[in-house]
Amino acid sequence: MFKRRIPLFILAFVGTLLIVSVFIPPMENLGEDFTLFFDIIAVFAFFLGGGNLVRIHFGKLRRRKKDWGFSIVTLVAFFFMLTIGLLKVSSVGGVWNIPLLGIGDPAAIAASPTTEGSWFQETFNYVINPLQSTMYALLAFFVASASYRAFRAKNREATLLLLAAFIILLGRTPFGMELTRWVPESFSVLQIPNMAIWIMNSPNLAGQRAILIGIGLGVVSMSLRLILGIERSYLGEDRG
Amino acid sequence: MTTRTKELIAVAAILVFALIFYIGRVSGWQATEFSTGTSIVVVVLLLASLLWMLALTIRGRLIGRRVVFLYVGVAVAMPLFMKLSQEMPVSLAVLGVYDAVMELQPGSKVLIACDYDPPTAPELQPMAETFIRLCFQRDLKIIIMGIWPQGPQQANLALEKILAEPEIAAKNLEYGIDYVNLGFQAGNEFVIQRMGGSFKSMFRTDYGGIPYDDLPLVRNVRNFSNIDYCFNLSSGFPGTVEWVQIAVDRYGVKLGAGNTAVQAPTVYPYLSAGQLTGLLGGMSGAAEFEIAADARGKGTKYMLSQSVSHIVVIAFVIIGNVAFIMSGRRSALKG
Repeated sequence: MFKRRIPLFILAFVGTLLIVSVFIPPMENLGEDFTLFFDIIAVFAFFLGGGNLVRIHFGKLRRRKKDWGFSIVTLVAFFFMLTIGLLKVSSVGGVWNIPLLGIGDPAAIAASPTTEGSWFQETFNYVINPLQSTMYALLAFFVASASYRAFRAKNREATLLLLAAFIILLGRTPFGMELTRWVPESFSVLQIPNMAIWIMNSPNLAGQRAILIGIGLGVVSMSLRLILGIERSYLGEDRG
Repeated sequence: MTTRTKELIAVAAILVFALIFYIGRVSGWQATEFSTGTSIVVVVLLLASLLWMLALTIRGRLIGRRVVFLYVGVAVAMPLFMKLSQEMPVSLAVLGVYDAVMELQPGSKVLIACDYDPPTAPELQPMAETFIRLCFQRDLKIIIMGIWPQGPQQANLALEKILAEPEIAAKNLEYGIDYVNLGFQAGNEFVIQRMGGSFKSMFRTDYGGIPYDDLPLVRNVRNFSNIDYCFNLSSGFPGTVEWVQIAVDRYGVKLGAGNTAVQAPTVYPYLSAGQLTGLLGGMSGAAEFEIAADARGKGTKYMLSQSVSHIVVIAFVIIGNVAFIMSGRRSALKG
C-alpha cells in the first residue's frame, strides 16, 4: 500500500506546492530551490547509467551475442575515459602528471580534467570531436539518397511539400537569388529567397505555433493527471 | 568483387586520403584553390553530368544509391577548393543579432551560452567565432557557459582562434577580466532557472577550476539582471527554446540565438513574437552574420558547398520523380 501511496503523495504535494508558489511572492524562489533536487537525482542517474552500460555490455560479451566485438570497444572506451578523467592524467612538455597516484606535480590535483594538456581534453579534441563530426557528416549522404528514393509527388499534398522543399533549399543559397534576379522589384515576393522567407514566416510559423500550443495543453493536462493521481504509469502500472 | 572487398577498398582509400591530409597539415602545405574559371568549369561539368543522369533515367536506366553518394561527396568537397564569390543579402533576423550587439556600450557584459557539440560545429562554430570577434572588437566583456557538456570546449576552440588574430591580440585581453569561461553545468533547463537566482550557485568555479569570486569579471555578476545581452548557440534540447521560456520570459533577458538549420524553424515563433532579438539559422545564417560583421570566414566559404549540394539534392529528387512517373507511379526506387 505504502509503495503506491507514498510516491503519489510526494508528487501531489510537490506539484501543488510548486504551482501555488508561483502566485505567492514569498514562496517565489521555492521552484529554484527545488531544482537542486534535480541535480542530486541526476548524480545518481549518472551512476545508474554507467553501471547499466557496463552490465549490459559485459553480459553481451559473456554470452558472445551478435556484434560482441563492439562491446569490447565500448567498455575499453568507457573505462579509459573514466580513468583518465578521475585520475586527472596529463602530460605537459613531456612531464607526466597523475597526481592521485603521486606521479609528477601534486598541485595538478586541483586542476580541472579539461585543462590543456590533460588526456581527457586531448581525447576530446582528437578522438571524440572528429568521430562525432564524421557520424553527423554521413547524414548528408543518407538524406540525399533517401530524398532520391522516397521523396515523391504522389498526390497533391506531397507535391506541395516537394515544392516547398525546393523553394527552401534554393532560397537558403545564393543560387536561389541568382535564378530569380530577373523578377522586377514590384514582384519581389516571387523571388525565391523571399518565397522561402514567406514559407518560414507564415505556414511554418502557423504550424509551429499550433504544435507549441498543443504541447502546452498536453503538458497541463498530463501534469493535472499526475498531481491528481489519475496517471500512474510512472509507478509501473499499465493503466491510469 | 565481393561487397567485403569493396568495403575494404573504400576504407583503404579513406585512410590514404586522411594520411595525405595529415602529412599536408604537419608539413604546412598550402591549400590548393581553383581559379574562378576552373571553378565555373567544375560546376558546369557537374550540372551537365546531372542532366546526363536525367537523360539516362528517361531512357529507363535507374541510378543506384552509390552514384548519389558519389555526387553528394563531390558536391560537398569540391566547392571547398573553389574560388567563387556569392552575393547574399543579410536577412532581418540576422541583422537583429548584429544590431543588438552594436547597440551595447563598451564594457557591457555578454553571456554566450554554448549548447552544442562537434557534430553541429560546422554550422554553429562560424557563428561563435564571428560573435566573439564582434564582441571583442566592440570592447564587450564575454561570459561563456554551457548546458551541453561539449559546448564550453567548443567555445574554447573559437576563443583560441579569435585571440590569435592580430587585431584582437593587439588589445591584450586578459582571462578573468575581459572574458571568462564558466564551463559546463549539468541540469538542463534547471541550470537556467537557478542562474536567475544566482550564477555562483551553478558555477562555483570556472572551466579551469578557478573559484567564481576570484574572477574579477563575474565577481559582481549575481544573476541575469547583471547581464546586458545573451546569445545562445543551440543545436537541440536543452537550447534556445528553454532559454526563451525561462531566461527571457521569467527574467527579462535580452536574447539572440544561433541555431542549426534543422532547429531554426521551431524557433521562428519566438522571433516573430519579439522574444528573440534575432536569429542566425544554419549555415546561411552564419554566412549572413559574417557579411553583416564584415568578417567573411568559414560560414561564407562553406555556403558554396551547401549551395552546390542543395542543387545536387534537388536534381536527384527531380530524377527520382521522373523515374517514378516513368514507372507508372507505382513504387519507390530500390538500391
